[in-house]
Amino acid sequence: MKFTEEHEWLRVEGDEVVVGITIHAAEQLGDVVFVELPEEGTTVSKDDEVVVIESVKAASDILAPIDGEITEVNSALTDNPSMVNDDPQGEAWFFKLKVSDASQMDEFMDEAGYQAFIG
Amino acid sequence: MSDLNRTPLFDLHVELGAKMVPFAGYEMPVQYPLGVMKEHQHTRKAAGLFDVSHMGQVILSGPSWEAVATAFETLVPMDVLGLGDGRQRYGLFTNDAGGIEDDLMFARRGDDLFVVVNAACKTADIARMKAALEPEITVTALTDRALIAVQGPGAEAAVAAMDAAAADMTFMDVRDLTLDGIAVWASRSGYTGEDGYEISVPEAQAEALTRKLLAQDGVEAIGLGARDSLRLEAGLCLYGHDIDATTNPVEGALNWAVQKVRRAGGDRAGGFPGAEPVMAAFENGAARKRVGLLPEGRAPMREGVAIFDAAEGGTQVGTVTSGGFGPTFGGPVAMGYVATEHSKIGTPLWGEVRGKRLPLTIAKLPFVAANFKR
Repeated sequence: MKFTEEHEWLRVEGDEVVVGITIHAAEQLGDVVFVELPEEGTTVSKDDEVVVIESVKAASDILAPIDGEITEVNSALTDNPSMVNDDPQGEAWFFKLKVSDASQMDEFMDEAGYQAFIG
Repeated sequence: MSDLNRTPLFDLHVELGAKMVPFAGYEMPVQYPLGVMKEHQHTRKAAGLFDVSHMGQVILSGPSWEAVATAFETLVPMDVLGLGDGRQRYGLFTNDAGGIEDDLMFARRGDDLFVVVNAACKTADIARMKAALEPEITVTALTDRALIAVQGPGAEAAVAAMDAAAADMTFMDVRDLTLDGIAVWASRSGYTGEDGYEISVPEAQAEALTRKLLAQDGVEAIGLGARDSLRLEAGLCLYGHDIDATTNPVEGALNWAVQKVRRAGGDRAGGFPGAEPVMAAFENGAARKRVGLLPEGRAPMREGVAIFDAAEGGTQVGTVTSGGFGPTFGGPVAMGYVATEHSKIGTPLWGEVRGKRLPLTIAKLPFVAANFKR
């Protein structure tokens, strides 16, 4: 699993990556009450706002970590947003992305690097 | 955060693991390790303890109760003179335009009036009272007292376990209690829509009292986050958001707070700041009104969301002033102002969230029924 400075995780599955937010990010957000997912088939560029998460406190955007095409979204989150708090690095993935340029993955941290990053 | 004030319970909040944030000039607990959602739900089903010591506590005293009450009536459009000893009422400071400078609670303690005002407004409120009422009336800010709220269906058992007389109080009663040896002023009121107490205690004993209350069955410390979602579900105004210096009591749907004796035709009609515009609003109605707003989907509509009369095009007819997720309601809830012609319960309107018009309905307040001990 790779990690971004935006507190997202990416797991490679063939030519796709699965994207979610980290346990640390979920703890910071607090209780998640609403998730708005992108349309499947959407082409996105790195740093596009692709997901909106609302917690009891505030709304936050999840950015596309790399360029690609959204191939699948985890629509279970729409009906059950609290999954993001219960299992952020497992069941509560947000979307799968077909990667345009695999080299964009190189800049991301491994788990040890991410742990050091969040201190 | 060095220039922020701290309440007498600051160290206890930190010990309990609270996340502290700046609020109205104080470092206050926004949540504890339980989290906003569980803190909210715990308060509705058991009991929550809130530190509200940042609020202003003021005593007005004078030559007689009549003198104090009559003087205070020059600042608020409420029936103060008719308040029985040991009773409390909700009040509003108005300005010359009829707008609301602050909302408050006032209680009669013998010949004195005990006033509790919002933290963010307390300096201005105290100055206003001193300027208008002194020297005949003495205005004393009680800077050496903490204020602790215990709210929820378990509040009575928790407080009455320490002084059985607490159980004899009904909604809006105020009484001196002795809670496990600590002399306090208690009122049966709060800001959650639940039964409960607000307890004024000398600051030196505040932490000891709080620890004793937290040791009672089912009492958990609750932060400002859940306080906000609880009061929103209860349809209660947050000053500076749902009411402010530009909203009059009729626009704010607070007609009930202005007793008949102070309205046109009453024995003590008028005689408060902005009496003319407020009376005119009672007579003619207001162009806009505070209402409950029920978003149809799951997306919360927060403060500032514009409200339209059509899914596309149309015109803006209102704005959300408070909104979020209602944990007990189980979905998003909001309140705000809409043009009066759109304020009827059930009227369909649209809120613009991130550029999209999402349907909502004008809804009855409160979203969660009040659970007071009448």
